[in-house]
Order: sequence, then C-alpha cells, then structure tokens
Amino acid sequence: MLRFLTRRLLGAALILLVISAATFLLFFAVTPDPALLSCGKQCTPETLAAIQHNLGVDSPVPVQYWHFLVGVFAGRDFGAGQHCPAPCLGYSFVNQQPVLQTLLDRLPATLSVAFGAGALVLTMGVGLGLIAALRRGKPLDKASMGLALIGASFQIYFFGIIARYVLVDQLGWLPRPDYTPLTSDPLQWAGGMILPWVTLAVVNAATYARFTRSTMLENLSEEYVRAVRAKGLSARAVYLKHAFRGAMTPVLTMFGIDMGMFLGGALITETTFNIPGIGRLAVDSVAAQDLPMMMGTVLVASTAMVFASIAVDACYALIDPRVRTS
Amino acid sequence: MAEAMTTTAAPPKPVQEKAPEHRSPARLAWRRFRRDRTGVFAGIVVALFFVAGLGAPLIAKLYGKDPYTTYGQNQSGLLDDFGYPTGRFGGMSSQFWLGVEPELGRDVFTQLLYGIRTSLLIALAIVLLITMAGTLIGLVAGYFGGWVDYALSRVIDVVLCFPSTLFFVAFIPIVTTRFVAPNQQTPTWLIATLLILVLSAFGWPTTARLLRGQTLSLRDREFVQAARVMGVHPMRVLLRELLPNLWTPILISASLNVPAYVTTEAALSYLGAGMIEPTPDWGRMIHRGAEVYNADFTYMLFPGLAMLIFVLAFNLLGDSVRDALDPKSNR
Repeated sequence: MLRFLTRRLLGAALILLVISAATFLLFFAVTPDPALLSCGKQCTPETLAAIQHNLGVDSPVPVQYWHFLVGVFAGRDFGAGQHCPAPCLGYSFVNQQPVLQTLLDRLPATLSVAFGAGALVLTMGVGLGLIAALRRGKPLDKASMGLALIGASFQIYFFGIIARYVLVDQLGWLPRPDYTPLTSDPLQWAGGMILPWVTLAVVNAATYARFTRSTMLENLSEEYVRAVRAKGLSARAVYLKHAFRGAMTPVLTMFGIDMGMFLGGALITETTFNIPGIGRLAVDSVAAQDLPMMMGTVLVASTAMVFASIAVDACYALIDPRVRTS
Repeated sequence: MAEAMTTTAAPPKPVQEKAPEHRSPARLAWRRFRRDRTGVFAGIVVALFFVAGLGAPLIAKLYGKDPYTTYGQNQSGLLDDFGYPTGRFGGMSSQFWLGVEPELGRDVFTQLLYGIRTSLLIALAIVLLITMAGTLIGLVAGYFGGWVDYALSRVIDVVLCFPSTLFFVAFIPIVTTRFVAPNQQTPTWLIATLLILVLSAFGWPTTARLLRGQTLSLRDREFVQAARVMGVHPMRVLLRELLPNLWTPILISASLNVPAYVTTEAALSYLGAGMIEPTPDWGRMIHRGAEVYNADFTYMLFPGLAMLIFVLAFNLLGDSVRDALDPKSNR
C-alpha cells in the first residue's frame, strides 16, 4: 500500500507539473501584456516597465514559470518589495490580493457544494439503480429508469433556474440559494445549499442509477452470487452484502471522477446560483484576465482531479480483494 | 511484400456469402432496431431536429421572419417600457409563435430554429474529429503496445486530468482577442472553428482509451496473429483486420458524444465563452433567459425545453442503437 501510494503521488506531482506548465505557457503566450491593463491611459515606457517588474512579468515566459515554481516551494519576492512566503501562488493582477489566500477563502463554499451534492448524488443514484435492478422488468424498474433518463437529459442551468423560479420565487418553499459559512449558521447554510445540491444531484444521479442497475444485474448473474444463494443465504444478504459489494467498484470510479470535478469548483452550478466558490472565482478571473488567479483555480481543479483518482484506486483495493495495489 | 498483401486480403466478413437469407450484421441490427418502438420514435424526433436545422432558411421564409431583425424595437406595442414582451407568455401570438426576445425584440421561433444549426454543426464536427483521432490513437496504442502505448497512455492521462471546462472558458475568449483587433467584430466562423478545435483537443482521450482497450482484446485473436505472421503491413492490419471489428464501440461512443457536445457547446455559451451575438445559439439564449427569468420566464423555457427534448431523444436513440448493435449487453 505504501509503495502504491508513493508511486501514485509521484505520478500525481508529475501530472500537476505538466498541467501547470502547459497552462502557464499557453496563457502567457496568448494573453496581451497584463501590465498594459493596469498602466492606464497615460502610460509611459518607464511606468510600464516598472509595473511589469512589480507584477513579475518582465522576463521571458519560461523564466517566469520557473519563478512561479520556485515561489510555490520556497516563496518569492516581488519587485515592489512584498515577500510572498512558501506556498506562493503570486498576487492577483486585478486587486493585488495573494492568490493562495483568496483560494482558501473561496474553498469552503466549493467544499459545501461538493460534499453535499456528492452525498445526495450517491444516495439518490445508487438507491434508484438498486431498486430498478431488484425489480427488473417491473413497472418500478421502468419508471425509475425513465426518470433517470429525463434527469440525465436536463442541463444544470436549465433545471436549476426552473427549480429556483418555481420553488423559491413562486411557491416560496425553499430559501434563496446563497452561501452562509457553516460555522456562522448551520441552518442557514443548509437552507441556502439545498437548491444547488438538489440540482447537481438530479442532473448527475441519473448516470449512477443507470450504471448501478447494469453492474448490479451483471453481478447478480455471476457464479459467486449463485454460490451464496445455493449456500442458503437470505435474499437480502445476497443482494446487499455480496452482489452490491461487487457492483460498487465501477460506480466508485465514476463517483471519484465526479467528486474531483465538484471539488475543483462546479463552474455552472456556482455561476447559476451565485455561490462564491472556486468555480465562480475561475469564471470571474477569466473575465478579468487575471492570470495568477486563474492559474490558482486551474491548479486547485487539477489537484482535486488527480487526488480523487488516487483515492478511488486506494478504495478499490480496500473493497475488492482481487485488486492488488502493487 | 506486395504479394503477401494480395494473398491475405481476405475481407473478414464471409458471413454475407454463407448466410442463405443474406443477413449481414448490419441488416440484423437494423431489424432489431425496427422492433424497438421507443428507439424508432426517438429516431424520428432526432430526424425532425436535423430536418428543422437543415431547412431553417426555408421554414423561416414560409414563416416570414428571420432571427436577426429586432421586431420588438421596430414595431411599437410588442415590448413594454422595460423592454419586456407585452403579451402573455413572453409575447406568444399567431404572429410570433414562441414570443419575442426581451429588450432586442427578435423572434424566438426562428432563433431556436437557427440555433439547431449552430449546435449540431459544431457538435457533429467535434464528434467527427474526436472519433477519428481517438480511434486512430487508440488503435495504434493498443496494437503496437510497448513504449508507444506507454507514451500515448500517459498523454491520455494528463489530458483527462485537465480541468477542461475551466480551460475552455479561459482559453477561448483570450485566443479570440488574439485574432481579432479590439475594434472589430469577431467573425462567427472564427469562434466556431476555435470551439471545434479546442473542444476536440480535449475530447479525444475518452474515445482513444476505449478503443485502446478494445484493440488490446482483439490483438491476440487468431485472425490478427495470422495476418501478422504472414507479414502484412501493420497499417493494413490496423485498417483491414482490426477496424472492421471495432465499428460497434466506435459508433456507440460517437452516438453518446453528439448530445454530450451539443450540451457542452451550450454550456460554454451559457458561461459566456461560446457563440457570440448575433449568431443564434441555444446556450446564449438560456444565458440571456437566466438573466431575465423572473420577468419573462417563457424566454428561458423554450431553448431549455428544445435542448431537453433533443438530448433526451438522442440518448434514447443511442440506447436503442446500442441494443441493436450489441444485443448481448444489458446496459
């Protein structure tokens, strides 16, 4: 297990390095000089050079990337004399805030969306899929699969806005979707999160339901299930202890990938419900051409993705004894 | 070498000649598909969307309006002082079937109609590109193995780890500013090409990974080994021996990808990184609809519903096609 983890962590570091380098080079190659933006109308070559120096964009792009990397591991000093301590992701071009601090400020909102939605997606999707598999061919199976198909065809921005219009604005059954820190008022936090959670769950759970149903059916027709049935185990034990366990591994892979995506900031959900998370930050910093901030959000998103996939593989080994980690 | 080629060129589908009733696999699949009523109905709906997209100019001509004219601003009485349609349900009337757009006052029906073209054209181009690239890379990686496979697989891993939506949103507007002078209007073809290229660049790995797995399982089958032993050129083994046996997974992944890219394109427009005014586009309509939904709910409803129906029909069709092509799978 330890060897597996070290190997995967090294791989993850490498992937992150490649992704950050690619993002950095691509964006610096195509964006206009960020110093021009903050230089304003009466821009003399001297002030421009000074601003470039302050922003740290006065050297060639590969050198800038090197500075960025050094900053992440050892901290760096910027031209204006600010020192940015060790995990330094630079300062925003727009409001001069440290990127790391902004990311950390935005993280709780994204985590709230991701974990709540993740839990709901899993229970709704797997539950629906299990019911359908156990009642195969019966009306309940057809109804839940039909529901799943409709759910999967909805778009977050369409379903979310309809739900908001009907449930919040017209009927007043739900509070306005909004982010309140969990620590300040748990009830208000949950209330404001219901709509984003439900929206993400409805749109995503469908895939889980269909997938759970098919892997469950596959497992139910396997030899080992027949063996435990022949042993005289109750139907309940056969379904839930044996077949379900086998069916969960592929579902888990999907869940890992989705969680990785949610944790990196659910762009559309956060935009639709105006939740100040990483996803919103990403969209806003793109609009403002705020490169350091955008690099930060890209890094958060890809880190979440890479680590989710490692977590999935580790869980695999725990659930399925056939999978070896070496 | 050339001699070996001619002797081994036996096409891998002798079924056609043997079966007395002339039942090719394609014909069998078609027969299975025809019996599936949901699938046929979904197929008709999808076909209607295609016809509507293709015939958009004709339909618009018969209907007497186009998606660009700002009727609401030219004709008084259609929009109120705040720019919202005066009539009920977003100004639906015998003249404007699905109402008028708030503020600009364009016709919603023709915008939806032309929006189909934008979505389908972009999605189909992307699916074509990623299916070709994904198939080729998957075949090569799976067949050659060794360091080729290792290198290609690592590239696939890295691309799949990219936060792609974020990347699209970030990349597309910036690149456009590079190509277009600030005071000029961005041409539609430029954005369309950019969308197609950038989305394809991040889309091929899923198909490639799937095809690699399928190729791996075929590689050691007798007919492939026989061809290899006879010294058939690798390229020919790939195209004449392996590819014909991979049509099913290729078709299935392509059929899943079309609705996926229709929605991705719409999502990008929704986030402000896709199609720009005045090209009619569903995602952009929903984006605008989401801004005014409280005052004019209808304007957001129609593009959303159109997309829902299209994606639903395409998913149902995809399921049926999969059942017909691969009856063993129980989804």
